[in-house]
Amino acid sequence: MSEPQGLHTKEFTLNVGPIHPSTHGVCRFVVKMEGEVITELTPVIGYLHRALEKICENRTYEQIIPVTDRFEYCTAMSCNMAFSLATEKLAGIEVPERAEYLRVIMLELNRIASHLIWFGTTALDLGALTPFLYGFREREDILDLFEMTCGQRLTFNYIRPGGVSKDIPPEFIPKCREFLDGFNTKIDDYEKVLTGNPIFITRNKNVGIMPPDVGIAYAVSGPALRASGVKHDLRRDDPYSIYDRFEFDLPTGETGDCYDRYLVRIQEMRESAKIVRQAIEQIPEGEIRGKFNKMNFKPPAGEVYSRIENSRGEMGIYIQAAEKQKKPLRVKMRGGSYNQLQVMPVICKGAKIADLVAIMASMDIIMPDVDR
Amino acid sequence: MELKGLFKYLYELLASTGLPQGWVDLIAMVALALVVFGFIALVVLYLVWWERKVSAHTQQRLGPMRTGWHGWYQTVADTIKLLQKEDIRPALVDRPVYFWSPVVIFVAAFMAYVVMPFGDGLIVADLNIGILYIVAITSFTIIGMLMAGWGSNNKYSLLGGMRSAAQVVSYEIPMVVSICSIVLFVGSLSMVDIVQSQAKIYQWFIFRLPFGPLAFIIYLIAGVAETNRTPFDLPEAEQELVSGFNTEYSGMKFSMFFLAEFINMFTVAAIAVTLFFGGWHGPVLPSWMWFIGKTLVLVFVIMWFRWTYPRLRVDHLMEFAWKFLIPVAFINLILAALMKYSGWFNW
Repeated sequence: MSEPQGLHTKEFTLNVGPIHPSTHGVCRFVVKMEGEVITELTPVIGYLHRALEKICENRTYEQIIPVTDRFEYCTAMSCNMAFSLATEKLAGIEVPERAEYLRVIMLELNRIASHLIWFGTTALDLGALTPFLYGFREREDILDLFEMTCGQRLTFNYIRPGGVSKDIPPEFIPKCREFLDGFNTKIDDYEKVLTGNPIFITRNKNVGIMPPDVGIAYAVSGPALRASGVKHDLRRDDPYSIYDRFEFDLPTGETGDCYDRYLVRIQEMRESAKIVRQAIEQIPEGEIRGKFNKMNFKPPAGEVYSRIENSRGEMGIYIQAAEKQKKPLRVKMRGGSYNQLQVMPVICKGAKIADLVAIMASMDIIMPDVDR
Repeated sequence: MELKGLFKYLYELLASTGLPQGWVDLIAMVALALVVFGFIALVVLYLVWWERKVSAHTQQRLGPMRTGWHGWYQTVADTIKLLQKEDIRPALVDRPVYFWSPVVIFVAAFMAYVVMPFGDGLIVADLNIGILYIVAITSFTIIGMLMAGWGSNNKYSLLGGMRSAAQVVSYEIPMVVSICSIVLFVGSLSMVDIVQSQAKIYQWFIFRLPFGPLAFIIYLIAGVAETNRTPFDLPEAEQELVSGFNTEYSGMKFSMFFLAEFINMFTVAAIAVTLFFGGWHGPVLPSWMWFIGKTLVLVFVIMWFRWTYPRLRVDHLMEFAWKFLIPVAFINLILAALMKYSGWFNW
């Protein structure tokens, strides 16, 4: 069929964000569309840039910890952890046994809290309003546990080079156990609302497929990569802290669509709960902070990169230290979201504009992680 | 406590004043219209509060609690607030279209109640084309939405308005076809006749297996889609379209859209009760209580949908209507016709 003379469809450019209800912060996409189909997508970043890496160069190592809290505030614990690990590696600091357990407990609880935010916002982006509140209800319990320990609910400043800042209060373990006992049934509830829901399945299945080779090529990590069937998790492949002592599975997906990413994260919450349970059973008594001179800490010259698995993939900190300096020469932060955002133009091509929201939600992109 | 007698008494009182018959009828009509208007306004105020309560309890919250007992006059307070708001009008709107669209939607929503049988003898006008009239009148809403989308001079509003047009036109078909299967059995379009044919509980169309329940489900899905509520609330999908066709409206104009949505929801439930649940029929309690009670239960079901389901994607929505709902509705109609022909339900 030939098109009538003078009639042709024009490509249509839509600007989504930076202020838009479903871009999870200040992310901006310039979307070129043919009808409702996306032909080209360009992420525009930088709206949340706070020059954290530069700020780090003007602070001592202990003072940098609160800065890392702001790096990726959904899982501030893991940012603390990544920086502390790098510092310890640089100066060869020993961490006491009890502190290691406390770190693992906090990291995994924080991973659950972060996934709960993802769960709530994903449902919200697809128009289901109720799961959001459910997710935040459980997150509240976790935040109570954090508040009980370090007095903070979002930016913890808890994991420090050489250990942790405070010991847990005696009522922490019973409260945590109570939370874990109820948590599996709570996840069952979430799954009842969404997993089997035909509308949810049609919105997510075969949408935003990321083949494993594309994921690897763009250095996507974390649950988004595992959903494509790549069994890669730094907790297992490059164990840090004491992760080699715990039993846990790595849930993986098959096709790498939005639905697989959903299932992987849901399973991951269960696995994290399993790790926390093992950790609170095994936790020994003892010191919580190793030898670390916080006022006058001067690491030997050198450079170090240490990486951990946080809820959005690989989080890495690179430190370059000069001889006899209290402050690092250069700090580089690497967050998982950056690569997840980078792969969006590839996997969004040919998707509908309404799918953009679903894909972004399933990638679990958070902007402070991208912009730093 | 039947209200039929009361209205009859008032009418006779009016007639005994010696006014000419034409005047008596006119006054009675206006008075009745005001009563219905007042009643619907009251119901809607209550429904807004109820929706907030239902959503709150689904989400493990309390909802409004400060204004009165469990916040019962929250909506009144909100309405007063909205009345006081400055009416913001964007500079480049198409003025007449922009101004009239909330009015069109609001009036269309109310007009359906002319033929609504609230109880035994409680109907403003028992038109012999009752149900057809309702189907026609409720479609007016779509004109209002298109006007709002076009007049606002905003991309999102326009997309929202267009989506509503496509959606409502598509879902009108299965809705009308499922209504047809009921009309086929009753043999009349009059709302009163439809209710009268379901006097006994086993005669309710919802219990006339298998076509009754199927027609009800089709009607309910299409009805929810017509009122633009979740899972079919694409015209106002906030994640994609900010607020859809009413993005540029604020203050009282916005609240007219908002209240019209609730009136439409009540209308959909009330028609479902009339068609499938025996209308005002029920034991012990007066008829109007039965009608309103049944309607509120259905309204609750529709609210329940909203707070449980995610939203469909726009192309899935169309596929669902055209490839599934419409064929099923037609098959159901044929089934109903066969059953009518074979005299299956000749009690």
